[in-house]
Amino acid sequence: MSSNLQLNSEGKLKHFLTLEGLSKELLTEILDTAESFAGMSDSQVKKVPLLRGKTIVNLFFENSTRTRTTFELAATRLSADVLSMNIATSATSKGESLLDTIRNLEAMFVDMFVVRHAISGAAHFIAQHTAPHISVINAGDGQHAHPTQAMLDMFTIRQIKQDFSTLRVAIIGDILHSRVARSQIQALNTLGAAEVRVIAPKTLLPAHVESLGVTVSHNLTEGLKDIDVIIMLRLQKERMTSALLPSESEYFKCFGLTENKLKIAKPDAIVMHPGPINRGVEIDSKVADGPQSVILKQVSNGIAVRMAIMAMAMQTSARSAITGSN
Amino acid sequence: MSQIHIQHGRIIDPANNIDRVGSVYIADGKIVSVTQEPAGFSPDTVIDADNQVVCPGFIDLSTRLREPGQSRKATFKSETAAAASAGVTTMCLQPDTVPVIDTAAVAELVKDLAEKSGYQQIYPIAALTRKLEGVELSSMLSLKQAGCIAVGNASQPVQNLLILRRAMEYAASHDLLLIFRPNDYWLGNKGCAHEGAFATRYGLPGIPEAAETIALSHCLELAELTGCRVHFGQISCKRAVIKIHQAKKYGLNVSADVAIHQLHLTENDIQPFDSSYHVLPPLRTDADKDALRQGLASGTLDAICSDHQPHDMDAKLGAFPETEAGISSLETLLPLMLRLVAQQKITLPQGIAALSTNPARILRLNSGALTPGFNADVCVFNPEFSWQIDADSWQSQGLNTPFWGQTMTGKVTHTLQAGKLIYCQGE
Amino acid sequence: MLEIKTVLDRLEAEIRKVILERQLSNPVMIGIRTGGVWVAEQMHQRLQLAEPLGLLDISFYRDDFSQVGVHPNVKPSALPAQIEGRDVILVDDVFYTGRTIRAALNEIFDYGRPNQVVLAVLIERDGRQIPLCPDCVGERISLSPGQRIKLTGPEPLGIHVQSIDAAA
Repeated sequence: MSSNLQLNSEGKLKHFLTLEGLSKELLTEILDTAESFAGMSDSQVKKVPLLRGKTIVNLFFENSTRTRTTFELAATRLSADVLSMNIATSATSKGESLLDTIRNLEAMFVDMFVVRHAISGAAHFIAQHTAPHISVINAGDGQHAHPTQAMLDMFTIRQIKQDFSTLRVAIIGDILHSRVARSQIQALNTLGAAEVRVIAPKTLLPAHVESLGVTVSHNLTEGLKDIDVIIMLRLQKERMTSALLPSESEYFKCFGLTENKLKIAKPDAIVMHPGPINRGVEIDSKVADGPQSVILKQVSNGIAVRMAIMAMAMQTSARSAITGSN
Repeated sequence: MSQIHIQHGRIIDPANNIDRVGSVYIADGKIVSVTQEPAGFSPDTVIDADNQVVCPGFIDLSTRLREPGQSRKATFKSETAAAASAGVTTMCLQPDTVPVIDTAAVAELVKDLAEKSGYQQIYPIAALTRKLEGVELSSMLSLKQAGCIAVGNASQPVQNLLILRRAMEYAASHDLLLIFRPNDYWLGNKGCAHEGAFATRYGLPGIPEAAETIALSHCLELAELTGCRVHFGQISCKRAVIKIHQAKKYGLNVSADVAIHQLHLTENDIQPFDSSYHVLPPLRTDADKDALRQGLASGTLDAICSDHQPHDMDAKLGAFPETEAGISSLETLLPLMLRLVAQQKITLPQGIAALSTNPARILRLNSGALTPGFNADVCVFNPEFSWQIDADSWQSQGLNTPFWGQTMTGKVTHTLQAGKLIYCQGE
Repeated sequence: MLEIKTVLDRLEAEIRKVILERQLSNPVMIGIRTGGVWVAEQMHQRLQLAEPLGLLDISFYRDDFSQVGVHPNVKPSALPAQIEGRDVILVDDVFYTGRTIRAALNEIFDYGRPNQVVLAVLIERDGRQIPLCPDCVGERISLSPGQRIKLTGPEPLGIHVQSIDAAA
């Protein structure tokens, strides 16, 4: 159902809510299209008129300046008009008032919603209930999915490693609460990575994590062997108070990525992090700023990938609006 | 007074070990005789039950009619009509109304509402603790005298075991049955789905089986300590079935039921983020479903309940974890039981016993059987009749069922409650 | 059958004429991807222009985005450092509806305000839809419905008239 909801009758992207159910071909098309937009960043004019006259609303029920900024920039570079709204969740805790917000914006002839919400499934809910011509992009929902982040990570990996089929990728840290990890795992499996390995203490792994298509390790030193791509996840401070971990220092000792531990992975391994980084908690500064880190590359790639996804999703809504097929 | 003759039906009365084609004779609201025509019987109503099943009216151990307090979701009027059309002649009402059924006044209000709805046999379950908060005991004796049939925790966990112990001791002192849904507050961790592959994939807060089995184990220990009679409601997992089996074998005076949807649906059936599948305890795994079915067949689980929870649209509108749990399930109770029979998981008499004879025994009611002298609570149903769940066929105000739009087999044609025809198909 | 050399010769002559007439000084030549670039490479060489050839990809400026969408693998445009105040010779292979040129002009003007723009095309066919027309033309032709022009290249450059059915 989630995949049907995302694709129109011709199998083209309509909403972008999760990577589940999307084909390897479609993910590759997103990466290829992003490549086109990435080329623009060196140009004097960083803007194209593809989405001129379109209105995109960033609906952020959960604050995230970084993600919101890259979505704003991406929309601006496509010449769309962008409006960002930070909405306190307390005001929309009920489905009805959330829908009221959506209906009000629809009445202002919006073409796309970019939705960030603290509850899993919120973007699906909005996509299901919004007017048929509107596209919805999930900018992170609860612990469920963060598909644009995962795609920019895939873009960065492909830039450096080209072929996914030989790659062993380790995702390290708080998998349990991470929507980024869930989307990354789906993307890597769809794109055919040789192995996706999650490394974390049991308290930070969801039940039956293997069912996501990963191998599991509870030991960083063992887990990093033969790894080509290391993805570190952000550790939220509140994990200590909820008894998931004893202390930051103990976590760093076991699962923090240091220069010495990095040597266990393949010599040409790259280090990624969706940001913002907790230096000295999940990653040592020397590694984060070191030659194997591609963390800043991820940030710049974020704009091109989001431009590609917005343009692709908008293309189907524009068409269905013309033909009235939707 | 009126005399009713139900003829030519297949009479299934598990309590009296009857399964044969024949007649049921009713006079003055009571069963007079089965098969044997009483002398001087001159019926003013004859119900022809050719090719139909005639059985005791169903007794539902867990329903919510949403009054008092939540009439936007459902009313006694709408839900008693749904119950009548589903062959249900007796309902136990969970105490989590607004206000909670924790005083005699609220219990009497419920009885009043029942009387006005023209549907007689509604039994409130009294809250075990005040406001179901698990802190102070409710006035159980007054509640019993006001008509409450048992005490219970609805779906609220009792966090403090000392309070649970005292509540059980007090209930035992007044010979009150405890209807307990086992659910550990801390392990439940405000989850909304079974802690398994589905919850992991969709990033939903999970509820492990241990939340049920640990609370169940605590309560079993306290049942032995206090001597309180306990009925466990809405069992959802295999390990709980095993624990109940062991407890019964050991000799504890306990019983258990399972909600009808747990016998058919698992986490694999959930459409992503479809709130109509949001139910507590959550839909679990295939292994759990199989164990629940076996538990029912073997008698470890005594009864099937509807766990009827009608909701308004808004309650189910939102991202999955934000929506309210529960299924509107009175009207699918019979067809889904018949589906188990069709799948040869249980026999038809077993299914009927789980819906009538056994709940009556648990509640110590003189009903759930076609025994002469008992109230004439009778359900006549056509086991082959196919119908679709849609706005035309549905009676409950709550449209929240994952079975919406599906075709069901088996439909009640007549429901008699104490000899009064409260439902007749097509009327 | 169109003789490519003759057509290229004629186009070169027309461009030379316009350079003189309109007094283009140190013109910058820009080819539109893909066919226009092939033609522009030939003209750039024949005219021995000092400034390197500019490349334009108009995919992101098309007005039919809502019908055909965005294609993956669009190559970035490579325009000269300075467009402002320059004399520009814009080169394409086939002038048909005029929409491509509209998109190309929009993109060029996003980079700056040129002094003047001259449009040179190898072939001008019938079917104009907007009020733009080329300044320099190698060959003018009319096609019947169901026919189209196909350019092959870059080496050797060739022009063919195809029927669409056969091509499909």
